[in-house]
Amino acid sequence: MGLEEKLPSGVLLTTVENVAGYFRKASFWPATFGLACCAIEMMTTGAPKYDLGRFGMEVFRASPRQADLMIVAGRVSQKMAPVLRQIYDQMPDPKWVLAMGVCASSGGMFNNYAIVQGVDHVVPVDMYLPGCPPRPEMLIDAILKLHDQVQHAKLGVNRDAQVIENENDALTALPTSDMRGLLR
Amino acid sequence: MSPKEPQEFDEVTEGTEDDATAIMPENTLPADPEQLEPEVIDVRKGMFGVHGSGDTSGYGGIVRPVAMPGGSPRPYGGWFDDVADALGGALSSAGITSGVEKVVVHRGEITFFIRRADLLETVRTLRNDPALRFEFCSGVSGVHYPSDEGRELHAVYHLLSMTHNRRIRLEVTCPDSDPHIPSVVAVYPTSDWHERETYDFFGIIFDGHPSLTRIQMPDDWPGHPQRKDYPLGGIPVEYKGATIPPPDQRRSYN
Amino acid sequence: MNSPQDPYAQSADTTTGKVFTVTGQDWDSIVQGVAEEAEERIVVNMGPQHPSTHGVLRLILELEGETVTEARCGIGYLHTGIEKNMEFRTWVQGVTFCTRMDYLSPFYNEATYTLGVERLLDIEDDIPEKATVMRVLLMELNRISSHLVAIATGGMEIGALTVMTIGFRERELVLDLFELITGLRMNHAFIRPGGVAQDMPPGALDEIRDFIALMKKRLPEYADLCNANPIFKARLVDVGQLDLAGCLALGISGPPLRSTGYPWDLRKTQPYCGYEDYDFEVVTWDTPDAYGRFRIRLAEMWESLKIVEQCADRLADLEGAPVMIADKKIAWPSQLALGSDGMGNSLDHIRHIMGESMEALIHHFKLVTEGFRVPAGQAYVPVESPRGELGAHVVSDGGTRPFRAHFRDPSFTNLQATSVMSEGGMVADVIVAIASIDPVMGGVDR
Repeated sequence: MGLEEKLPSGVLLTTVENVAGYFRKASFWPATFGLACCAIEMMTTGAPKYDLGRFGMEVFRASPRQADLMIVAGRVSQKMAPVLRQIYDQMPDPKWVLAMGVCASSGGMFNNYAIVQGVDHVVPVDMYLPGCPPRPEMLIDAILKLHDQVQHAKLGVNRDAQVIENENDALTALPTSDMRGLLR
Repeated sequence: MSPKEPQEFDEVTEGTEDDATAIMPENTLPADPEQLEPEVIDVRKGMFGVHGSGDTSGYGGIVRPVAMPGGSPRPYGGWFDDVADALGGALSSAGITSGVEKVVVHRGEITFFIRRADLLETVRTLRNDPALRFEFCSGVSGVHYPSDEGRELHAVYHLLSMTHNRRIRLEVTCPDSDPHIPSVVAVYPTSDWHERETYDFFGIIFDGHPSLTRIQMPDDWPGHPQRKDYPLGGIPVEYKGATIPPPDQRRSYN
Repeated sequence: MNSPQDPYAQSADTTTGKVFTVTGQDWDSIVQGVAEEAEERIVVNMGPQHPSTHGVLRLILELEGETVTEARCGIGYLHTGIEKNMEFRTWVQGVTFCTRMDYLSPFYNEATYTLGVERLLDIEDDIPEKATVMRVLLMELNRISSHLVAIATGGMEIGALTVMTIGFRERELVLDLFELITGLRMNHAFIRPGGVAQDMPPGALDEIRDFIALMKKRLPEYADLCNANPIFKARLVDVGQLDLAGCLALGISGPPLRSTGYPWDLRKTQPYCGYEDYDFEVVTWDTPDAYGRFRIRLAEMWESLKIVEQCADRLADLEGAPVMIADKKIAWPSQLALGSDGMGNSLDHIRHIMGESMEALIHHFKLVTEGFRVPAGQAYVPVESPRGELGAHVVSDGGTRPFRAHFRDPSFTNLQATSVMSEGGMVADVIVAIASIDPVMGGVDR
């Protein structure tokens, strides 16, 4: 059926988007952004038992210039927020942010004067990971889900179209505050 | 060397042979002596923190005085008396005749309330006097009693004598309108960061501190966040139309 | 390499001199620029986001060549306001907050707070023996895991990645035990006023014994790998010196104090939780440097293992004993049980309060929503955490919530020694000196 049948064996056909996504997800380099308890679990995830090396991610880059994933691991204080934004700005595009733990996702149990109530006030977040702290398995799961997202990311005009579509979806979505019913 | 007898520190051995540690080691604290009248610092009404009208709970008539343990009469028991005697004697020979403001023995811990003007001389005596020798300061902790008029801000110091294996507490108060307490950094350099933290959180100005700046909060932060009149600063949590206010604005038991 | 796209990697002239911003591969311009200003002092800002500063610590170093002439710390980047949050929760809920302060030694935070509350409640003598033994067991296991991280991250910061990987490998064993006993790997909220949250699960003692046997094989690996390792010694020996007088003046406790040879350990000198009944030694060292502190941590893990062993023996005799105070006005009414959806209140208890006893329901409701009242006063019961004297100054106004809880954290106090330990040394030694204090920024900033 079409071109595929005429190809010699050992050749695959795919889209540029898929190839780019595949390479991006397969060489994901996280920047260290360890803040609190979650940072210890993040280090544990890189250590032998859980071994992020299986996904080619065991090398945490010390410099944001060499990283494309920022794992915000822990509570972000008002004092740390500008630093976090600066690190994010220094990372080259394309870049992703993973909010690890409830504190980074929403402020968590520290609903007070000192803590930014969710790191999405400061940087755009691609993946939220609940838990206090999340287990290493949960972090790996979040990373794999992010891999999936990266693999299927669109490029060029498709991306522009998707951005517009996402924006329209977001504008017409029912805000959580207007939802009714059971709290779950 | 047995660990119960810590290694001697500098030239600190005079006067330690007959101290009470042998018969009364720190871990067997003396029983509380009879307390004087507790000191009422506040009276709270109602039950759920509701003020003015609006308390429909039926508990609005409840009145609860907030009373901190009052001063204790002598004897304080055990080595507490030795420390108090030695401190009193050393202070009067140093020219401070007013002595200690109040002594509270509660739950096996002794608290000396010191007038703030005497603080520096007192801690110097406590550290240097061979019979006292409190060489280790565990830091400063601020407490804000908004209704304790004229003594709203307390700075609490925990001192440890490794030589005698004793622990005491010093408490210094100052009014909100004049939040100054002398710094003890000259005697205990470890208080440096602790005093900066207490300044940061409570606004107590430690006179004589080498560089009293904020330490935990950003430099341009307004207010002193751990004072009782500073709100917790939480935001209401909203989900599916339900709103839960931050803990300091919820109905709560007082 | 100042590109116009990069607003963060620029140099600027200020009133205090030229300022360079280092963000990555732009070292050439820095080296060139600094060479022009070689006569002047150079101030380097390290952190708060730097892999080698042990968390979000910010260091401001003044350099002359590679020699540090002045070192200052900037902290507060992890200030969480936990102490303020605790003032709006009940006494029992306070444990849930304070366990997150020093996240490498959660049980110590819980223990010192709980001991303070128990002293105010005047129930220190009523705590069941099994609860006390379990507290000691968990604290000593925690000391092992905390020291392992101290050694692991310290090794990572000087480039010894193998030390890091094996440190985290062994830590997992301890965390598995924590998970078995408390249900959580970190942030347990397990030690509560009056006792501990739950009894030992079945089979836990066997797991602990297996762990002890395994650790006895694994711990010598650290000694073989590090103790006489020439690179390790070259980086650690004589670095971060701080003598006894300096320690006492700066209020330093824990391994840095014991590395001066002074055997001050609160477990021996002012015992709590019945530590006087356990057989262990206080480890000291005769060189007050980073190497001495490393060796102390290594040896303390052996001592902790000894205590864990004794705890396991005692727990074997305490099968079925209570782990919570008998006073129903303090003890949490319900017990936790494993359900189909994870850990929760035991269904028996729910059946009891919902179907059988109105009084039990009222009691449960009152104790859980209102909590118990603690007599007015203040208490300070310090414990020997892996980093030194950790104490909670707990103040009650007679209410159901702490009036004030202040934690004297050893990381906070010990970090003050940074300037004393690193001034006059090399830049590379600053990292070693700080790693030898082992500050945990969660404890420093709270």
